[in-house]
Amino acid sequence: MIVVEVIAHALLGGGALLALIRLARGPSLLDRVVATDTLLVIISASLAVHAALQRDPTVVPVLVVVSLLAFVGSVSIARYVGGMLLQSATDDGQDVGLPEAAEERESRR
Amino acid sequence: MSALVDWIAYACLLAGAFLCLTAGIGLVRFPDVLSRMHAGTKPQVLGVLLVMVGGAIRLQGMAAAWMLLLVAAFQLLTAPVSAHMISRVAYRRRHVRRDLLLVDELREAEGRDSVYQGDEPADAPPENPAQALVESRREDREDGSAQPS
Repeated sequence: MIVVEVIAHALLGGGALLALIRLARGPSLLDRVVATDTLLVIISASLAVHAALQRDPTVVPVLVVVSLLAFVGSVSIARYVGGMLLQSATDDGQDVGLPEAAEERESRR
Repeated sequence: MSALVDWIAYACLLAGAFLCLTAGIGLVRFPDVLSRMHAGTKPQVLGVLLVMVGGAIRLQGMAAAWMLLLVAAFQLLTAPVSAHMISRVAYRRRHVRRDLLLVDELREAEGRDSVYQGDEPADAPPENPAQALVESRREDREDGSAQPS
């Protein structure tokens, strides 16, 4: 069953590498949050694949911790970015005080 | 029989790993936060469920199976919450390619607050400070006329 092991780890490693590329390239904070979330899910999936293929249940409690940490991290960063939005909002409902979104800058270029 | 069960477990694990790879490809190739989130949440639910089923088949023992079930339940409970919060903030901070949206119901939403948009802390200052001050003074006056001290 070496073949299954190699293929599974290659798929997981490719997914983690691409998530890391998105984490490095951004362009916005929320892209990085989404990439980190996906990366943690891939890490927990690869821990579970390792545990399943080796029949080794010692890493199973780590999965619970990792899945809860992913939730807490992404929710707290989302709240933090929402607080940034609130402080810079203006009277007319448009948050013109913010720096322009990275997608708008790229699409104008 | 045992070999058949093992192959089912291998199929589940490989399908989950494949979903992780598709999530990575989608994260790199898609244009904005909402569509990247659409790609990134594929392994969060279906991929994790498949991997947990494969692991529960391979790890013979009820303790490991219950803990994997717990992980899957946590994923099912927490993935919609975090995705909702991230996408709401992403829309408000305009990390959305509006030219790619087919339906944008939030743009013409009626009854929007002028400053707060539903995410304020509980002790936030009033939305329109001058009007709130006038109203509180009027209420004070009415209280005073009702109960002269």
